[in-house]
Amino acid sequence: MKKSARFYSGAELVAKAAIDAGCRFYGGYPITPSSEIAEFMSVMLPKVGGTYVQMEDEIAAMGTIIGASLAGVKSLTATSGPGFSLKQENIGYAYMAEVPCVICNVMRGGPSTGLPTALAQADIMQAKWGTHGDHPVIALTPAYLEEIYELTIKAFNFSEIYRIPVMLMLDEVIAHLSAAINLPEKESLVIKDRRKPSVPPEKYFPYDTAYGDVPPMANFFEGYRYHVTGLSHDKTGFPTTDPELVQADQERHLRKVNWKKNEIVDYEYYLMKDAEIVIFAYGSTARAARVAVDNARKSGIKVGMMRFRVIWPLPEAEILKLCGRAKAIIVPEMNMGQLSDVIERYAADRTKIIRINHVGGVPIHPTDIHNKIREAL
Amino acid sequence: MAFEYEKYLRMDKIPHLWCPGCGIGIVLKAMLRSVENVGWDKNDISFVSGIGCTSRAPGYIDCNTLHTTHGRALSFATGVKLAKPDKNLVVFSGDGDATAIGGNHFIHACRRNIDMTLVVVNNNVYGMTGGQHSPTTPIGYKTNTTIYGNIDPTFDICLLAKAAGASYVARATVNKGRVLEKYITKGFQNKGFSVIVATANCHTQFGRKNKMSDPISSRKWIESREIPLEKARTMKAAELKDKVITGEFTTDEAETTFWENYNSPVHEYTEAYAKIIEKVQEK
Repeated sequence: MKKSARFYSGAELVAKAAIDAGCRFYGGYPITPSSEIAEFMSVMLPKVGGTYVQMEDEIAAMGTIIGASLAGVKSLTATSGPGFSLKQENIGYAYMAEVPCVICNVMRGGPSTGLPTALAQADIMQAKWGTHGDHPVIALTPAYLEEIYELTIKAFNFSEIYRIPVMLMLDEVIAHLSAAINLPEKESLVIKDRRKPSVPPEKYFPYDTAYGDVPPMANFFEGYRYHVTGLSHDKTGFPTTDPELVQADQERHLRKVNWKKNEIVDYEYYLMKDAEIVIFAYGSTARAARVAVDNARKSGIKVGMMRFRVIWPLPEAEILKLCGRAKAIIVPEMNMGQLSDVIERYAADRTKIIRINHVGGVPIHPTDIHNKIREAL
Repeated sequence: MAFEYEKYLRMDKIPHLWCPGCGIGIVLKAMLRSVENVGWDKNDISFVSGIGCTSRAPGYIDCNTLHTTHGRALSFATGVKLAKPDKNLVVFSGDGDATAIGGNHFIHACRRNIDMTLVVVNNNVYGMTGGQHSPTTPIGYKTNTTIYGNIDPTFDICLLAKAAGASYVARATVNKGRVLEKYITKGFQNKGFSVIVATANCHTQFGRKNKMSDPISSRKWIESREIPLEKARTMKAAELKDKVITGEFTTDEAETTFWENYNSPVHEYTEAYAKIIEKVQEK
């Protein structure tokens, strides 16, 4: 370990990475187990001339980060299950108006107040379908401290590149882990910023598809004086109810992520080359799965893991291939099967799906997974 | 010389969607004249709104305009203002938008005394959704959801704003556009959170149910209820039931009560935050 290593918690790394990614605004509301992120941001932002604000509720916090982003300032909010539910209305707005921002959800047990201080991966589907209507989704699920830093920066980059709100999905264990780590050199970071218009204001349309599926974005107060609404709108940004325009716009929204899937999907294979049993995992659960794989390998069992660093969108082609090849698939999750349901559709009865669903608030132990590996044999 | 509204309007978006004789147009005009009065550059203004008839106004104004979700305009505006504290923020809201679904944001924006102006067009009804009662529908009046007479008590938006900490609060009716202009201008000039309530007619939804379905009779009704603040101070509380007190809800020394002193705004929010940044960066 290099001398520069120091102790970081997961929450601090979200804050640190956000600031290194250029985030200069945080709007939040206290909620366990994500409050540390707000606390770190309240300390760190003024040092770099940024702004922290604690709002009256989760809904308002989400509103502020959309407003700040429209004014040209990269923005973050952090929350947890119930707060994530409250934010969904304005998250939908950010999708519709195509405003870049990052929402960090430190998942806890649900539904409702559920298990405020306990571990869960309860919001995997809320990240996808939490708000009403159709929209593209990018959601990241780091499993290690270094990865929190890396993927938080990636979340900001995705939000800027695709003009969408991006979901950074931590679980309670990951956010509260603390360890000495080295961060990458600042010079090595790749930071993306939204594409600005290259035309003068009189020729600018905020949703002009002439430049591709992601239109260039002018910030407020830069002379472009355009209109932003959550209503269905045409390229000028003003409301329309023209069925063809609305249809085309919704299709473009989905396309801007779906057609770039190859640049977004992010996964790691672990001992997969000869694997006959495959574990699909993400977040802290993947750490237990890794131990289980190692242990099983010691007894000669051909098992491997596909770990999703980005949970939405999923690498469909790879999953489909594995579903055709694997003797059995094990999906350990700290929910009642939110990812397993999806994997089952890909598998379409070609292979056995073994679920491990713990919602009691304690981590899935490697032994729990190991037992299922033996069951799969 | 006639005022050139065209300078501030997106003329290609006119005609607007409001009913003929609607009070919102008067408020919009008073607001545009106020922009001229304070000399703001259009590029430096952001007009923000929520959902409802009133909230459609920003679409017609040639500025950085933001039409947000129902009740949430003040939170979006707070984000914009905190990101760019030197810019001018104006929020346009209806009575339902500002005080029902947006009630929490309303009192907290007042408390924060953040430098922006909220113009609430109060027409006592949810207009866009078809005429349901709002937190300002007077007792006994009919709407589509209070057909037997409203029993739901009302907010006085100005008193609420004062109590919550707004540093400039005033009310005028759409019958007096020039007074509205004066108050909105003062709101723009106030360094802090300003609330201007424009008492307006909705003859289409509210008037229709209460035997005043045309603009004139609706505005006469407003006139019949208006009591200037100075006069109200000489009246008994019972005489002021069902009345609308207009004027500036000032805190000048002669008028300041103990409670107003006790509860007066401490500072403007963005200035206070700038001092934090300064202090932290000095270290």
